[in-house]
Amino acid sequence: MSADFLNLLEVAINGLMAGVLYSLVALGFVLIFKASGVFNYAQGVMALFAAQTLVGIQTGQVPFAHLINAIFGTEVHYFGWNVPALLAILFTVLVMILFAWIVVKVILVRLVGQEPIILFMATIGLAYFMEGFGDMMWNSEVKRLDVGIPSGGSFWIEDVTVQWAAEGERYFGMYVDVLDIWATVIAVALVASLAAFAQYTKPGRAMRAVADDPTAALSVGISLNKIWIMVWSLAGFVAIVAGIMWGAKSGVQFSLSLIALKALPVLMLGGFTSISGAIVGGLIIGVGEKLFEYLIGVPFLGGATENWFAYVLALIFLVFRPQGLFGEKIIERV
Amino acid sequence: MFYREAGDFKTTYAADQQTFPILFDRRTYYIVLAIALGVMPFVVTDYITNAILLPFLIYAIAAIGLNILTGYCGQVSLGTGGFMAVGAYATYKLMTGFPDLNIAIIVVLSGFITAGVGVLFGLPSLRIKGFYLAVATLAAQFFLVWMFNKVSWFYNYSASGQINAPERTMLGQPVTGAETEPWVAYLFCLAFLIVLAVIARNLTRGRIGRSWMAIRDMDIAAEIIGVNPLWSKLSAFAVSSFFVGVSGSLFFAVYLGAVEVGEAFGIQKSFLVLFMIIIGGLGSIFGSLAGAAFMVLLPVVLKLVMVDSLGWPTDLAAHFNFIVVGALIVAFLIFEPHGLAQLWRIAKEKLRLWPFPH
Amino acid sequence: MNDMSPDGYTTPDGRQIGGVMMEVKNITLRFGGVVAIKDISFDIREGEIRAIIGPNGAGKSSMLNVINGFYHPQEGEVWFNGAKRKAMKPHAIAKQGIARTFQNIALFKGMSTLDNIMTGRFTKMNAGFWSQCLWKGKAEQEEIENREYVEKIIDFLEIQAIRKTPVGRLPYGLQKRVELGRALAAEPKLLLLDEPMAGMNVEEKEDMSRFILDVNDEFGTTIALIEHDMGVVMDISDRVVVMDYGRKIGDGTPDVVRADPAVIDAYLGVAHD
Repeated sequence: MSADFLNLLEVAINGLMAGVLYSLVALGFVLIFKASGVFNYAQGVMALFAAQTLVGIQTGQVPFAHLINAIFGTEVHYFGWNVPALLAILFTVLVMILFAWIVVKVILVRLVGQEPIILFMATIGLAYFMEGFGDMMWNSEVKRLDVGIPSGGSFWIEDVTVQWAAEGERYFGMYVDVLDIWATVIAVALVASLAAFAQYTKPGRAMRAVADDPTAALSVGISLNKIWIMVWSLAGFVAIVAGIMWGAKSGVQFSLSLIALKALPVLMLGGFTSISGAIVGGLIIGVGEKLFEYLIGVPFLGGATENWFAYVLALIFLVFRPQGLFGEKIIERV
Repeated sequence: MFYREAGDFKTTYAADQQTFPILFDRRTYYIVLAIALGVMPFVVTDYITNAILLPFLIYAIAAIGLNILTGYCGQVSLGTGGFMAVGAYATYKLMTGFPDLNIAIIVVLSGFITAGVGVLFGLPSLRIKGFYLAVATLAAQFFLVWMFNKVSWFYNYSASGQINAPERTMLGQPVTGAETEPWVAYLFCLAFLIVLAVIARNLTRGRIGRSWMAIRDMDIAAEIIGVNPLWSKLSAFAVSSFFVGVSGSLFFAVYLGAVEVGEAFGIQKSFLVLFMIIIGGLGSIFGSLAGAAFMVLLPVVLKLVMVDSLGWPTDLAAHFNFIVVGALIVAFLIFEPHGLAQLWRIAKEKLRLWPFPH
Repeated sequence: MNDMSPDGYTTPDGRQIGGVMMEVKNITLRFGGVVAIKDISFDIREGEIRAIIGPNGAGKSSMLNVINGFYHPQEGEVWFNGAKRKAMKPHAIAKQGIARTFQNIALFKGMSTLDNIMTGRFTKMNAGFWSQCLWKGKAEQEEIENREYVEKIIDFLEIQAIRKTPVGRLPYGLQKRVELGRALAAEPKLLLLDEPMAGMNVEEKEDMSRFILDVNDEFGTTIALIEHDMGVVMDISDRVVVMDYGRKIGDGTPDVVRADPAVIDAYLGVAHD
C-alpha cells in the first residue's frame, strides 16, 4: 500500500472514532427528542458540566469555593482528599440524575404544549444557566481530566501498520491514540445498550410509547414525568461519557460544549427520531470532517474547517432532503 | 388616571394607523427623543458612553434586526454574530479601500452587503423550518467567523489578524479612531438607531410586515392568501441582515475600533442578541430596545454591586451574569413569552386605572 | 342537468347562473400508494353556490387543495376562466382570484382581526419597498384605501367590536367569521369554503348560512363549499357533487342528488332494490 493511502486510512479511522462519540451524544438528543419533543441545545453544556463535576469530585474541590471565599473572606479551595475515579463517576451520575429531576420538575412541566421552537430556545437559556452555574461551582479554569483510561499513541498499531507500506516508501506507521480506541469501545457498548434498553426493557417500551403518542401513553397509566426524568437522566449519563472522553483528550474547558454541539448537525443528517440515523450520521460527520480537513482544508483553505464542516454539510444536505437520511417524507396538510 | 386613552378618538384611518395612536404615548416619545438628542450629548461621560450608551444603541439595532427575522417572520437565527462580522469586515474593507468615502455611507453600504450575505444564507429557509433552520444558521455563524479568520484578504494581510478602524470624520468631527469624542460617537450611533427603528416600525405595520407575520403564524395559509413565501422570507432575511450588518459595522468602527473576529463576533454574540429579543419581547420594536437595554445594563449593575461594592472578583460577577440571564430566558419563555414589552403593556393597563382599580 | 346550456341556467329562486368558471377534468391524486382522488370531473359556474359532500375521508378537502394549487394531481387538468392551468404555486393562484377558508381554522393567531383581514388584501397592494420603509406616498395612501375596503367587510360580517382583538382570543364561531372575512378581502372570483359550519351550534350555523348567501348575492362571488350538515347544504347550494372513497358518485341539483340511490347508499349504507 502506498503511504498516501495509509495516511488517508489513518485520517478516516480517526474520524470514525470521533464519529462514534458524535453518535453517542446524538443519541442523547434523540432520546430526549423522542420522549419529550424537546430539542435539547443544552446537551453540549451538559457534557461540560458533567466533566467539571467529575473532576471537581475527583480532586476534592470545594463546590462554590470561589463564592464562599468572596462572601466570607476565607481561602478554601480543596477538601484535601482524592476520590477514586469510579466513585467519582458514580457521584457524577447522581448529580446528573438530580439535574434531570430539576429540569423536568421546574422547567419542562411548565412548558408542556408549547411550540417546539419555544422549547428549543428554553434549552438555550438552560445551557446558559448551566454554563454559569458550572463555572461558579467548579471555577472556569481549564482542568485536566484523568479517570485512568490509558492514552497516547499505540506502538503496536504503529509497528503493525508500518509493515503495510510498500518497499521504499517513507512511512512511519499509523498514529492511533489508545484513548480513542477505548472511547470507541465504550461508546459502541453504550450505544448498543441504549438501543437494547429502548427495545427490550419495560421502561424502554414505555419511553417509546410516550414518543409515539403521549396522550395514549398517559391513558394506559404511563407517567410522563417519570419517563422524562428517565430520558434526561440517560442524556445526562451520555453527557458524562462524552465529557470524560473529550475532557481526557483536550482538557475540561468551554470548547468542549461546542464539540458536543456537533451532534446537532449529526441529527439533521440522520433525522431527529431515528436511533440508527443518529449513529450513521455521527459516523458520516466524523469521517467526513476529518477527510475534508485532510484533503481540502489544510492544503487549500488554511485548516480548522472542522469548525463548520458538519454544519455546512448538514445544511446542504437538508436543502435537498429536509427529512434527513432515515426520516419519512412529510405530507403537509391543511 | 395618569395614563389615559379614553377620550382620544380617531376620525381618520390615518390617525388610527400611526405609530403611537395614543396621545400620551406620542408625547412620551417626543420627550424621550428630545432628551436623547438635546440633553444627553452635553452630559455624557466617557464611562457612560462606552459602558452603556454605545453598546445599547448598537445592540438595539441588531436586536431590531433579529426581531424582524425571528419575532415577526418566525425564522430563528443563531447566526447573528456571523452577520455582524460581515458588517464589520465590509466596513473595514470599504474604509481602507476607499479612504475618501463618507463613514455614514460606508456603514449603510456595509448593511447592504450583509443583506446580500443574509439572503444567501436565508435560501435554505425555503426548505427547512423551525429548529432545523436554527441549526442551519449555525452553519453561517461558524463558517463566516472561520472565513474572516483564515482568508487574510479580509484583514488586509495584517500580521495580527485583527482589523483596526482608521480615523474618519463627519462634519469635521472624528467619528472613528482614537480621537473620537464620546458625544460624537453617541450621536452618530443614535442617529442610526432612530432612523432604523422608524423604518422597522413602518415596515412591520404595513403590507410587508403583515406578510412576515402571516408566514410566522401559519405559512401554508399565508401562501394560499397570495403571500409568496420565497419573497417574504428572503425579504425578512435581507432587512434583518441589513440591520445586523449596520450594527456590526458600528460595533467595530465606532465602539471597539479594533476587532478580532472570534472574540467579538463568536456564537456568544448570536445568543446575546437572541436573548435580548426573548427578554424584550418577540415581535416588538419597543421590546428590542428594552431587551438591549436590559442585557447591556445587567452586567454593569452586577459588576457595580458585586465587584465595586462587595469587592468580589470579576469572574464571579460574570458567572452570575450567565446564571441570571439563563434563568431569565427560561422564566420569560414560561411566564411571559412576549417579554418586557408585554409586561410594559400590562403595566400601562394597570396604570390607566390607577389609583382607582375598580 | 346534463343538458345544461353553456351560457348558464336560472335557479329555482330566480338567480341567473353564468357559464363555466372552473372545471376539473379527470383528476387523480395519489400520496405514495394511496389514491386520494380518482378520476374526478366537475365544473363550477359563475355565480353559483356549489357544494361538495361526502363521508369523512372521501377526498373533499384534497379536492379543494387541488383547486387552489396546494396539491398537484398526478393526472387530469384544471381549467379556470377558460384556460388550462399550468402547474402553479398557491400564491400565484391566489392572485388569479381564488381564495379559501380552512377546515381547521388557519388564522394568523398573533395578529388582530383587522390585521388578519388586511393581510387578505395582500394581493391588492403593491407599494414599493422604499415607500413602505418611509410610510410615505403610495404605501401610506394604499394602507388607507385598503383599510376602507376592509372596514366594509368588517361591517358586513358584523365584527366591528373585535377589530383590534388578537384572533387567538376569539371564540370559535367568531374565528370562522374572521377567516371568511380574510378570504373575502381578496375580492375573490371563486371562494372555497372548507366546512364553514363545522363545530357550530344552530344559531351560528344560521348566521354563517346567511353570510354565505349574502356574499354570493352582494359581492357576486362564486362559491364552492364542503359541508357535512346535509340540511344546510341542500338549503343553500345550487348544485352538489357527491364524493365517496375518492370517486364521484353523484352530481346535480339538491333534489336530484337526494334521490340518487348511489348517494343514499354511501350515506346510509342501506340496501335498495
